[in-house]
Amino acid sequence: MNETLPDDGWIGRSLPRAATRRLVEGRGRYLDDHAAKGELHAAFLRSPFPHAAFRISDREAARTLPGVRAVLTAEDLVPACRSWRTQSLAFAGLVSPVQGPLARERAVYQGEPVALVLAASRAIAEDALELIGIDWDELPAATDPVAALEPDAPAVHQGLPSNLAWRTEFGGGDVEAAFARAALVVEDRLVFTRHTGVPLESRGALASYDPAAEALEVRLSHQIPHQMQVHLAELLDLPMGRVRVIAGDVGGGFGIKMHVYPDEVAICAASRLLRRPVRWVSDRIEALMADIHAREHVMRARMAVDAEGRILAFDVDDIQGLGAYSVYPRSSTVEAISALRTVGAPYRFDAYRARLRSVLQNKVPTGQYRSVGHPIGCATTERLVDLAAAARGEDPLEFRRRNLLREAELPWTNPAGGRMAELSHTATLAEFERLLDLPSLRAEIAAMRAQGRLVGLGFAAVVEYTASGPGAYGPAGIPVSAVDTVVVQLEPGGDVIARASVAEIGQGIQQGIVQVVADAVGVSPSRITIHTGDTGNAPHGGGAWASRGAGIGGEAAWGAGRKLRAEILGAAASLLQTTPEALDLRDGQVVDATGTPRLALADLAATVFFRGHELPGGLQPQFTATHQFRREEDVFLTTNGLQASLVEVDPDTGLVTPLRHWVVGDCGRRLNPLLVDEQVRGGVVQGIGEALLEACRYDPGNGQLLTGTLADYLLPMADNAPDITVGHVETPYSGSALGAKGAGEAGTCGAPAAVLCAVNDALAARGAAVTEMPITPAVVLRALGTLP
Amino acid sequence: MDHPDEPTAEIALTLNGEPIRARVPLRQNLVDWLRHGQGLTGSHVGCEHGVCGACHVQVDGRVVRGCLMLAVQADGARVETIEGATETGRIRALQDAFFNRAALQCGFCTPGMLLQAAELLATNPAPTRTEIREALSGNYCRCTGYHAIVDAVEAAAAVLRA
Ligand code: FES
Ligand code: FES
Repeated sequence: MNETLPDDGWIGRSLPRAATRRLVEGRGRYLDDHAAKGELHAAFLRSPFPHAAFRISDREAARTLPGVRAVLTAEDLVPACRSWRTQSLAFAGLVSPVQGPLARERAVYQGEPVALVLAASRAIAEDALELIGIDWDELPAATDPVAALEPDAPAVHQGLPSNLAWRTEFGGGDVEAAFARAALVVEDRLVFTRHTGVPLESRGALASYDPAAEALEVRLSHQIPHQMQVHLAELLDLPMGRVRVIAGDVGGGFGIKMHVYPDEVAICAASRLLRRPVRWVSDRIEALMADIHAREHVMRARMAVDAEGRILAFDVDDIQGLGAYSVYPRSSTVEAISALRTVGAPYRFDAYRARLRSVLQNKVPTGQYRSVGHPIGCATTERLVDLAAAARGEDPLEFRRRNLLREAELPWTNPAGGRMAELSHTATLAEFERLLDLPSLRAEIAAMRAQGRLVGLGFAAVVEYTASGPGAYGPAGIPVSAVDTVVVQLEPGGDVIARASVAEIGQGIQQGIVQVVADAVGVSPSRITIHTGDTGNAPHGGGAWASRGAGIGGEAAWGAGRKLRAEILGAAASLLQTTPEALDLRDGQVVDATGTPRLALADLAATVFFRGHELPGGLQPQFTATHQFRREEDVFLTTNGLQASLVEVDPDTGLVTPLRHWVVGDCGRRLNPLLVDEQVRGGVVQGIGEALLEACRYDPGNGQLLTGTLADYLLPMADNAPDITVGHVETPYSGSALGAKGAGEAGTCGAPAAVLCAVNDALAARGAAVTEMPITPAVVLRALGTLP
Repeated sequence: MDHPDEPTAEIALTLNGEPIRARVPLRQNLVDWLRHGQGLTGSHVGCEHGVCGACHVQVDGRVVRGCLMLAVQADGARVETIEGATETGRIRALQDAFFNRAALQCGFCTPGMLLQAAELLATNPAPTRTEIREALSGNYCRCTGYHAIVDAVEAAAAVLRA
């Protein structure tokens, strides 16, 4: 079904992103660069305790501070806003209590908003927070997910019989039989510490409620403005048409900005209540505390292998730390399902069993974060694969080569329920070996080791489920759009304007869409202007999540562009007294079969718009075209890849230094290879952060967050990130016109696994191994026996 | 932050080449004043505690963290923001290289990154990749993974040497 794309077209060209011209000059307009006349500034009082009952005893002192306009509590917001509860038909019986924009009587995680001050400035609002009289009665908190499952654990929410939010078991094939006949069984327990996305621009809201029009306009720093339009309309009980959500330039998202947050809803409700614009931007401490966290898992996993070194089965048990609520609206459990479905995904195996317990905790909710769950499943799998290779005394890449799914075996639904299609493991492995130049790399490693350096090389095979279709959230009853819509219109001067439901968060999808429209219509990208991110201006659709922009938004753009082109050629043919088939549109010129220009698009457009009296009777060109794309097949588009990490471990300090990193990926057709490569690199470094640095830590005694600043929450910086070599294999998805699949998250999917395997390759020389992420110096030193 | 009870002070400084006088709240940091008092929103705020480098501006010829300095401390100083550096053209080669090499994604870190990179190239016209990484190690970028940024600084250095 792939269309034949022009050889000399714009799709597939490494063009720089036009929009970044503004950004390099400091002309970006992010959330906090906007203000509204008459606005009030908000600051939140947040719970300093992980679990506490509270009573607000005095707000007069705060309220009467000069410059303060209002001090609001949960009760105050009731007339302006509904409460909500996360439910999903996919997770029947999920326990997640009702939530509101502010906590009532009881706070269940540190950082939960409990009151809101509105004032003439943020500084005054913050002054007032300190004057609010509030009696706290600290309650026992459950923070560790394993301990929270114990029968005598404190209840995360009062009155709940247990902290188990949801459990499931699933699988396929005969697991018992597979383990019974295995020649080798490897197993391990892996601990993943929660971390978070840390987009450099934090979340916030500038809400303007117009009581006369009964309409809300709100600026958010968000990945999915249309989703927020749906939920704000629901929560504020407004018609969707009277809610406009605008996301201008967005300073990174990574999944952090795709949820409904109590604080953002509270700002909208406050604007409605005060009948004035209200502005709030999260500071970094609030962000580290109250942005969703992700990936807190304890995985016990076993793998059965036969005498020939073929994988027979996986048996995994996952305890997931969910947080105090399942995130709204998509549910935090999605992450665990994604992790479990990723186990074994690159390989052939006969049987699979997974057990999941998602556990409530007195911590901020977890949620979908870049490459949702995949890094957990991938790291678990690759750890087992390395253990098996080592037990068999064979090269870890050879073990992988033997077990990777072959192209001829596809499509295939594996025993974990993952549908594998159009993957290129064999070709990818060949390109990977070429890129790494393994013989010389191994010689280099041997030379370093000969100098006494503790270096290691680790591999990770990757399969990612990308570009989710309607089958992902639709059956769960969650209003998440998996379609995209693009409107293209021809302007009188011959320019084209595109309005698209995809969202630009820095990944460059606007540029990709422009290149698609350029080829689809037949105009240069420089003549195309694109608008996204404003529900008042862009049609409804999915926004930015699940690496969907190229695979879904690209199809909508192609469809709309082809329709506009057909209208243009039809009109031109009528004016030129020929047939549309005899004409082509190239670079803004209508040309004939010989390529001779016959009519400039600008002239045609001017004729139609301004000199309609000259047109033949009956000719009604439609110079605005729309296409909505819904993929009917394949709930997900699977992509594959291989990564390698070279690290050095300092045995004295325990510090791990990533030296180099390699990636070969197959994300189908690349709309813009330059931008795809940088998505991969950025994703890899985010995964390296996950592997080595990033952790949201809580005091095991009192449950206090210990990583509330960027001095405590460590991130990859330029001096501790490696150079990254990137290669590609292109297997276009056959079920679409362009053949693009998801590209934006695969780097993050495989990097933690590759780093974990590399560190363990290095530590093998000392007979040690690590099984915990992040692999901090303390983790390494404990593994080496230097620390208890 | 304009409220009658907010203590303020008068300052006089050169901002992006123009002499200006202003009354600033005593407790307002430099980057907040530039952004909200002067409308120069090209400098960003990423942490307000001196780690991320999004707030970098130049004060008396040195790149500083605008969140760690009060606006009143800029009294008598020469302050240049990304807007000013763009207008003078002094960081043009870097801006072009960042654009061409896709060394930015969301762009939120970019103004601070560019000013820091310009300071490096002013003193070291041919830095190694390691030197570039060290010079930029106080500028957090979540999007790019830094590789393309290092490439872009190398490319700009080569252009400036030519
Ligand atoms: S905002 Fe100043 S260093 Fe982060
Ligand atoms: S480009 Fe987004 S933080 Fe650097």
